[in-house]
Amino acid sequence: MSFRSLQEIIDKSEETGRAFWETVMADDMNERAVSSQESFEKMKQLYLKMKEANAAYEEDLLSASKLVGGDGAKVHHALEEGKLLSGSYVGESISKALKMGENNACMKRIVAAPTAGSCGVLPAVLLTYEEQKEADIDKMVEAMFVAAGIGVVISVRAFLSGAAGGCQAEIGSASAMAAGALAYLQGGDAEAIAHACAMTLKNLLGLVCDPVAGLVEVPCVKRNVVGSVNAIAYADMAVAGVRSQIPPDEVIDAMREIGEQLPITLRETGEGGLAATPTGAEIAERLIHE
Amino acid sequence: MNVFDVMGPVMVGPSSSHTAGAVKIGLTARKLLQEEVQVAEVLLHGSFLATGKGHGTDIAIIAGLLGMKPDDERIPNSFRIAEESGMEFSFGGTELRHAHPNSVLLKLEGKSGKKLDIIGSSQGGGAIKIDKIDGLDANFCACYPTLIVHNVDKPGHVALVTTMLGEYSLNIATLQLYRDKRGGRAVMVIECDQEVPDEMIENLRQLEGILKVTYLSMEE
Repeated sequence: MSFRSLQEIIDKSEETGRAFWETVMADDMNERAVSSQESFEKMKQLYLKMKEANAAYEEDLLSASKLVGGDGAKVHHALEEGKLLSGSYVGESISKALKMGENNACMKRIVAAPTAGSCGVLPAVLLTYEEQKEADIDKMVEAMFVAAGIGVVISVRAFLSGAAGGCQAEIGSASAMAAGALAYLQGGDAEAIAHACAMTLKNLLGLVCDPVAGLVEVPCVKRNVVGSVNAIAYADMAVAGVRSQIPPDEVIDAMREIGEQLPITLRETGEGGLAATPTGAEIAERLIHE
Repeated sequence: MNVFDVMGPVMVGPSSSHTAGAVKIGLTARKLLQEEVQVAEVLLHGSFLATGKGHGTDIAIIAGLLGMKPDDERIPNSFRIAEESGMEFSFGGTELRHAHPNSVLLKLEGKSGKKLDIIGSSQGGGAIKIDKIDGLDANFCACYPTLIVHNVDKPGHVALVTTMLGEYSLNIATLQLYRDKRGGRAVMVIECDQEVPDEMIENLRQLEGILKVTYLSMEE
């Protein structure tokens, strides 16, 4: 992609009179030499695969390590029984974020967005939005382009993998992408999209990647929830007119700087943080001998 | 970095490097063997060995060797499918020198008895590299049509091969040369912008001093 900053996408959108998502799609068309129909259709297929993956969730399935499974269903049932503080949109987003993370851990088909470990964030907020707001599917695909544009800028200015930049690069990026998408769906302009992204990412700066036994399970699955809920809160704030005091591109740069300073033990090696707790170490030991 | 490098791939979890990349290494090895795998010895190295089991790396590699792609929902059942199709497979650990942490050595034998040794590594995000073929450096991403020519290390072989590519109007994207020793066994790894026709590969095999020609097609 030719954009190295969110500001460039905003400027280009203003200059051409296009929406943020159209600017991102136009760049893909140019980059891959495809028509707008082809580009749009490809994104639509990814969105439909997310829906399929969500529908394929199996409540009784556990991951091979038996650490993960069934939690998305628990939240869904509790929500239906009226036991939760969260309203229907937030509650269902929590449930879907868990379900997709669990799907991934249980070797089911998912859409990496941007990574497999963070695959629950976008579908959680987008599929729930489509269901509850009865949104048009094309609108959802447009929101996917918004998210993708943000993801590309983050990948160019910083990173998207836990091994490179810690969990802030995975769940943090997914959350920022989701916030931008939601701000767009709720009528936010390009500036609101960028600030939703910035405020969301700021909250997850410094989040380390410390998976127990090196598996994409603990704490990864549940962190998809914080990515989703964080995105909802800050998309709402952006739409309400709240702005980040630190410009969006500078927030992304801060994420890179923090990631580069993270010790290797906190970057997907399974050697520090939660992985290094007595229980984390015990689990790792047990799995080796199984 | 393209929009669809960030969104996607559609894959079977849990890890783009330890699962999706592992499937891709297996699939690439299967394509390079150019026939069904009869016997597979899978030797895992580094992080593949340490955390591979929990990520289904073993299951994923076998799935790839059976010809499955990273989004194939049959991946979790690959062991059973392999047994049903009569593929024999075994796992072990190995210590590879100067290898990426996510590496695997595959010792394969095809249905016709054809043998192939491959070292592949998963680079992250589902991207892979084939590092060695039959003990010689190879170093390609398996993202272009790739021609691997093993030949006797004598003058003129590179010219022969590249001239032939020119005659078929095939453009070379990258070209690498390696050898085990002077006058020994040499390898050319040529990534092309277009698919190499079967006829040209057959013609190459007939040339004097050409020991082995392996081709990786990008066609489905």
